Amino acid sequence: MEKIGAVLIVGAGIGGSQAALDLGDAGYKVYLIESTTSIGGVMAQLDKTFPTNDCAMCIVSPKLVETGRHQNIDLHINCKIEEVSGEAGNFTIKILKKSLHINMDKCTGCGVCGQKCPVEAIDMFNEGLAKVKATSVKYPQAVPLVYAINKDYCIGCGVCEGVCKAEAVEYDLEDQEVEFNVGAIILAPGFEEFVPAEGNKYGYGKYKNVVTSIEFERILSASGPYTGKILRPSDGDVPEQVAFLQCIGSRDLREGQPYCSSVCCMYTCKEAVIAKEHMDQVNPTIFSMDVRAYGKDFDKYIIHAQEEYGVQYIRSRISSITEDSKTKDLILKYETEDGKIISEVFNMVVLAVGLNPPNDAEYLAEKFGIELNEYKFALTDVFNPVQTTRPGIFACGAFQSPKDIPETVTQASAAAGCVNQLLYEKTGTLITEKTLPPEIYVAGQPPRIGVFICHCGINIGGYVDVPDVKKYASNLPNVVLADRNLYTCSADTQTIIKNKIEEFHLNRVIVASCTPRTHESLFQETIREAGLNRYLFQMANIRDQCSWVHMHQPKEATQKAKDLVRMAVNKARNIIPLERIKLSVTPKALVIGGGITGMVAALNFASQEYETCLVEKEMELGGHAKHIYTTLEGGSVQDYLSDLIQKVNSNENLHVYTQAEIENIDGFIGNFKTTLIHGDRKERVEFDHGVVVVATGANEYQPKEYLYGKNPLVIKQSDFEKLINTTDDIKNKKSIVMIQCVGSRDEERPYCSKMCCAEAIKNAILTKEKYPGVEITILFRDIRTYGFKEKYYRQAREAGIIFLRYDEKNPPNVIANDSQLKVEVNTPTKEVININTDLLVLSAGIYADREENEVLAMMLKVPINDDNFFLEAHVKLRPVDFATEGIFVAGLAHCPKPIEDSISQANAAVSRACTILSKDEIEAEGKTAVVNMARCSGCGMCVENCAYNAIELIEDRRFGLIASINQALCKGCGACSGNCRCAAIDVLGFTGEQIYAMIKGRL
Amino acid sequence: MSYEPTILGFLCNWCSYAGADLAGVSRLQYPPNIRVIRVMCSGRVDPKFVFEALKIGIDGIIVMGCHPGDCHYLEGNYEAEKKFNMLKKFLTFINLDNRIRLEWVSASEGMRFAEIVSEFTNSIKELGPSPLKEDKDLLDKLEAIEMAADSYRIRALVGRERTIIESENVYGEKVPQDKFDNIFNTAIYDEYMRCRILLSLKKNSKSVKVLASELEIDPSEVLEHILILKGSNSITMGEIEGITPIYEYTMEG
Repeated sequence: MEKIGAVLIVGAGIGGSQAALDLGDAGYKVYLIESTTSIGGVMAQLDKTFPTNDCAMCIVSPKLVETGRHQNIDLHINCKIEEVSGEAGNFTIKILKKSLHINMDKCTGCGVCGQKCPVEAIDMFNEGLAKVKATSVKYPQAVPLVYAINKDYCIGCGVCEGVCKAEAVEYDLEDQEVEFNVGAIILAPGFEEFVPAEGNKYGYGKYKNVVTSIEFERILSASGPYTGKILRPSDGDVPEQVAFLQCIGSRDLREGQPYCSSVCCMYTCKEAVIAKEHMDQVNPTIFSMDVRAYGKDFDKYIIHAQEEYGVQYIRSRISSITEDSKTKDLILKYETEDGKIISEVFNMVVLAVGLNPPNDAEYLAEKFGIELNEYKFALTDVFNPVQTTRPGIFACGAFQSPKDIPETVTQASAAAGCVNQLLYEKTGTLITEKTLPPEIYVAGQPPRIGVFICHCGINIGGYVDVPDVKKYASNLPNVVLADRNLYTCSADTQTIIKNKIEEFHLNRVIVASCTPRTHESLFQETIREAGLNRYLFQMANIRDQCSWVHMHQPKEATQKAKDLVRMAVNKARNIIPLERIKLSVTPKALVIGGGITGMVAALNFASQEYETCLVEKEMELGGHAKHIYTTLEGGSVQDYLSDLIQKVNSNENLHVYTQAEIENIDGFIGNFKTTLIHGDRKERVEFDHGVVVVATGANEYQPKEYLYGKNPLVIKQSDFEKLINTTDDIKNKKSIVMIQCVGSRDEERPYCSKMCCAEAIKNAILTKEKYPGVEITILFRDIRTYGFKEKYYRQAREAGIIFLRYDEKNPPNVIANDSQLKVEVNTPTKEVININTDLLVLSAGIYADREENEVLAMMLKVPINDDNFFLEAHVKLRPVDFATEGIFVAGLAHCPKPIEDSISQANAAVSRACTILSKDEIEAEGKTAVVNMARCSGCGMCVENCAYNAIELIEDRRFGLIASINQALCKGCGACSGNCRCAAIDVLGFTGEQIYAMIKGRL
Repeated sequence: MSYEPTILGFLCNWCSYAGADLAGVSRLQYPPNIRVIRVMCSGRVDPKFVFEALKIGIDGIIVMGCHPGDCHYLEGNYEAEKKFNMLKKFLTFINLDNRIRLEWVSASEGMRFAEIVSEFTNSIKELGPSPLKEDKDLLDKLEAIEMAADSYRIRALVGRERTIIESENVYGEKVPQDKFDNIFNTAIYDEYMRCRILLSLKKNSKSVKVLASELEIDPSEVLEHILILKGSNSITMGEIEGITPIYEYTMEG
């Protein structure tokens, strides 16, 4: 069977888009299928994201634009999967593209049809809170920006056809079947939010001021229906007392799902903080059972919310809500921790709804022939969370289990990493490289500028006098042609532009139309096809920032359009061709750390025939996993580990160096050189490589508290795990007490170690199974069995394991008492409970070694955070990348996490790295900073200001100490230039000269 | 016809420019006075751009970037903020500080963009035309500011402010913000005065007292600046008229 170098990705939310970008960049043909009419999924609906409070739209929209324009990604919207056959390496897919009744190729997204549509319909994107028309895009920044007619609401009046100047409305457009072959499949259909059923106890659907969290997210959003103001749906007043209820539809056997939805604790806290930030009158109160802030920097966020924003937490589950029919306020009845029943009035209630599997999960499972788990999420392998039950088909994101954005992005890359492993021989086989004419030499020639002014149907032409602007432009210096078009972005205009370049010998092109953010690359591509360097292009934004915002002042708008064109011409006179420098890539990888994470990454690289060097400081491979016997879900870690080590040791592309220490790492993306010393005899090895994966792990905390090390009856959870798995020493114990959060969530280490709750429950259940008579008590602060792990928490309670919450400000006291220990527990309700125990087990947390990590961080020029873990490039969307390109992080080195997350990160790092390794050479961006050596004084300020480590000071023979910019690493932001005291640094594409020319052109 | 100010905006590509586009997509109307120059990052906005704009008679300048924490280039907007604060302090000396503005606008804040632009345009309208168009004396002062802002001392302080306040200085310590502010404010004031002295002496040589009346500050203060400028060979002592030394500008400094 011939393998196919193409991939099907189902679902174009943030997960599907990330996987598509990874694979597209690595040279595969990608079919990205989306069931709705635009990509971006739930993330595009969010206002801000935790724990950084990043604006969701700001960070996601560049990614969506890139996905929509990527030449290896074939995007199909409004689609349904019809048939799937074949096997791993070669599947045949049949999809049905449902008609939009608007021709996608012709629609320019101008929006006139939407404005003129007389039928008001419901807006899905704004969660029913605002009205839009039957012809509509989902939201203003949608990708692709095409309109669709919603047949459910359309009355067929024909208005839109009449107003569409692009002639894109085609009522008779029919559904279309498309068939293609792919080598692998990634399922990323996301989740369905839980909707409380009719007659629910929260009054959702009945009381106007009870909204779901996702509705509240739209209320918060600046681009939402209330433009970011917090208002009650019942009367538009600002609600002062807002209650947020956790676990709606989650951890609820009766009215919802038994599992934990993993993300609600954090997003609720975020919504509370943002609400307070938007309107100071709002006082948020959160009702929750446990606060599950288990991710990187999550606990800090919760503490910050309480201390800085006054967010109140009450540990309780609401039993009922009633409405005051006059005021529309809501009366909440709840039981406090010490058993009191309280009635309290709130002005608004937000339900933190959980994550359900997608509605079509069963349909997808049947079509793709994969199994679902007991909750109807994709069933995946314990030791590879993205592998479904069918080879060649992977699942990622919330379809695998409820999860947040960074974990979704990680899994998306992980799935792409597994696809790479399967199809690596076929990369580059199905993509077509455009053959471009050689570039016309223009240096030194006087500028010959062509200006193309767009009417955009009536969007510009209706308010700006385009013929007048054309006349004006044609008289500007160096302009040899001014032209106007109905739609400058349409395919036929591209041909016109190319012909005019030739006819008039244009060497600079300006398009005056919409925004460069979405259209610059299209026009750059056009002029490049005509033989011009792609940087000989400028845009004047006379629509989004002119005609649309000055609709009632046509005279002023026309004047502004002229000014904008003049400013663009001024800049165009000063622009020059830029080169995208090409760097060779050494197709080899260095993986630092020989634990599970490092081994999975190294093995993935090596099985793709990339020569890989795996470095471990200890005598043997295995890392932290050597002390773990099973996972909570039941997989045997030791079997998995020995199998992995055997595979690593027998792969001929993989060099393992143990007892190894890295002496030095030099170079940059694509071209690193590492020196290391290894073995008893301290042999020195040099290795050239193109990428680095940091998988150095972390350490188990050695407790100083609770008599650990002083009394033999006090042991760590990992010691206990060994005892229960390998001896029968526990047999004679009558009572065992476990204490959680030892060395976690304290002042020194203010973070959660994520794995300890699961470890404790796992060992407690095993002990109960082996010795049912043993009494086990787990002392905890919050039980954080997120996701499907909740099942085992319930199982543990059913098995009679006692869970007792202790007051975090008064941790338990341990007193030695002959052959026993006395544990004094202070509960949050100020009770004191004494437990006599035969064994005290401490769930010791995970810590990162500052000194060790700092040495490596310095060598790689990457940052570490306050807790000494490595700091990724972007918490949300680049979870395994470093800001310095070509270097990646995975596993415990990034933050505490369980084995399955580490494996995902390892494969994700490989996928990210393959976007580099799969190329013979990489192209750097042309718009980078440059140093004028004669002016540079070598003060080094720019080195500090550069967030990408792209600048270093070098000794020059002629000029002495000067700054040197690595063009491969420079992103062209210009922070260095704006601070340079000698005006020695300029940014190509945005040079001082060019900007001065624009400033002068303003008058 | 009523006065229509000319306004220039420097917008970062990723957040503010996108916010401005969203204002357009949402058809939010705002006054047509602004002309936008797109830069990749607000951190790219060199204070010199603002001076250049003021010099040619632009009435108001607004710089917009991503909200703190949102920067596409990680920290460029923090750099922008530091540079802007410096600018603002300098322009206070000549009462032009209310003609510049720094705002954070995200990609989803089309409404906020339109509101800010409207409000800023109106505030500039109320201020009236930039006095720099007429007032030659003021232009000289602006030139002194431009020179001061370009000085090593100011650029070094602005460039290192974040490092030494937020992470650590060479001793591994954090410098308290108020301590830094004191030093910084002094530096700004001193450099401004010194540059004015320099530029004044460049025109013709003068005594301390003449300079003092020209700058409207105490002669003892002028003397302090003169001594420092002399130390850096920017000026020399020339003739002594009676008992009053005359100072001259030199090319060396």
